[in-house]
Amino acid sequence: MSSRIASHVRDIPRSGIRDFFEIVQSMKGVVSLGIGEPDFVTPWHIREAAVYSLEKGRTGYTSNLGDPRLRRSIAKYVEKNFSIAYNPHDEIIVTVGVSEGIDLALRALLNPGDEVLYHEPCYVSYSPSIALAGGKAIPVTTRAEDEFVLRAADLEKAVTPRTRLLMLSFPTNPTGAVMPPDELAKIAAFAVKHDLVVLTDEIYSELTYDDLPHHSIAALPGMKERTLFLHGFSKAFAMTGWRIGFACGPNDIIEAMMKIHQYSIMCASTMAQEAAIEALERGQRSMEQMREEYRQRRNFIVSSLNDAGIPCHLPKGAFYVFPDIRSTGLSSKEFSLALLKEKNVAVVPGTAFGASGEGYVRCSYAAALDQIKIAVERIAEFVRK
Amino acid sequence: MDSLIRILRQNSAIPRADLARLLGLTEADVSAKIAKLEADGMILGYHAVINSEQWDAEAVTAAIEVRVSPEREGGFDRIANRIAGFEEVESVYLMSGGYDLLVIVNGSNLREVASFVAAKLSTIESVLSCATRFRLKTYKENGLLHAIEEVPERLSVTP
Repeated sequence: MSSRIASHVRDIPRSGIRDFFEIVQSMKGVVSLGIGEPDFVTPWHIREAAVYSLEKGRTGYTSNLGDPRLRRSIAKYVEKNFSIAYNPHDEIIVTVGVSEGIDLALRALLNPGDEVLYHEPCYVSYSPSIALAGGKAIPVTTRAEDEFVLRAADLEKAVTPRTRLLMLSFPTNPTGAVMPPDELAKIAAFAVKHDLVVLTDEIYSELTYDDLPHHSIAALPGMKERTLFLHGFSKAFAMTGWRIGFACGPNDIIEAMMKIHQYSIMCASTMAQEAAIEALERGQRSMEQMREEYRQRRNFIVSSLNDAGIPCHLPKGAFYVFPDIRSTGLSSKEFSLALLKEKNVAVVPGTAFGASGEGYVRCSYAAALDQIKIAVERIAEFVRK
Repeated sequence: MDSLIRILRQNSAIPRADLARLLGLTEADVSAKIAKLEADGMILGYHAVINSEQWDAEAVTAAIEVRVSPEREGGFDRIANRIAGFEEVESVYLMSGGYDLLVIVNGSNLREVASFVAAKLSTIESVLSCATRFRLKTYKENGLLHAIEEVPERLSVTP
């Protein structure tokens, strides 16, 4: 019998993380550095705002674009923190996390066979989302010796007449890389030169450390009109399970995304939108406290891995370190599986984030300090052996 | 220095070696900084936060609102320090509003606190009145919730 699954879905591989997750699930007492979400619970004042909205009976649909109050809060927040002014009336759409925003954008912008440039190692969904939207994923490798910065020169080598989009995500999951402003400017010039639309996934943008300012490509001269700015609440405000994010951009793109969104989703959850308003209006302090904790844990895990003889650069953003495990002679997958079986510690193979992640593993420091400590001690024992 | 104080406020029992890694300093640096904070009177001491209701169900805590007549020289300071000197007294704050000093008193039972108020506190010359309020139950203390919260489960590996 021929498969009843559509061929373009059948052709997409399952996420490498998912395979790994199933092995971990079958084991007991695993110390996990494999979790890509904050270990903090959503700050109480945000949860309380959602509870209040339920008590008030705010349980209906909102506008397709999202509650106008939330869109105004988003406009204010993005202008204050990213220096980009968007009109809340028609340049902002509230989405079910950045994941939905990416899917909407790709479906709204790609014709079959259009090519999309993105940097690897990167978040697991980019390549399959591009394929599902009928596009062709063209990864551009970033390198450890370059702290995983994306180089405009490498993009030039990959661009073709079919290239339509450039996807960026800095700070990057899994490398924690951030873009130096001068290189970002070169990438902006590259996008203008080749007339590309830029999707910038800013989900980790609040989480940069050591007072390093975050720069969005959307804020550079001439970029706002060709950039879609995607952001959400999951990482900065510890709100992963609320599934809430937003996209800001030129009205024609937002309008096109809204068409897909209104037929497939209607609107993001009203309760989550209420919580999101509270996060933007009053969440700065809790966000800064969590960021300070991440910064300290980052220092901790980087110094202890390096002391254990596992080379690990100090990432400037997100909450991941991406140590180099090549000295063990194992592949990323072999390393992760053996570490899991022998030491009960879960990390994610670098190859889950693209072929260029080979030789590395992702360790999340969004975990309690005592867990990080135990995990690193066991990794050190594992590597010594 | 801010980060160091913030960490110690949350967990003063943290090993120096961990502190050094968290802050990106050497252990010797950390020890020197802590010694300086102690010498400057910035760090006054280190406590375990005890769930006193569980440890001693008979123990009593009272918040006493004290009105006093300030002195021509020294205002409230001398009298506040005099009250603070008693070992039953845990904390003394000068307050704005309807009374002057808020005095937190611990005792092993009701009688002990009552006799402290009657014999020691209210007999001080410049004390005009005392209103004693007893604690019935503690929900949160020094930033810590008394009910042990269940840690919500997270998926063990996520993208």
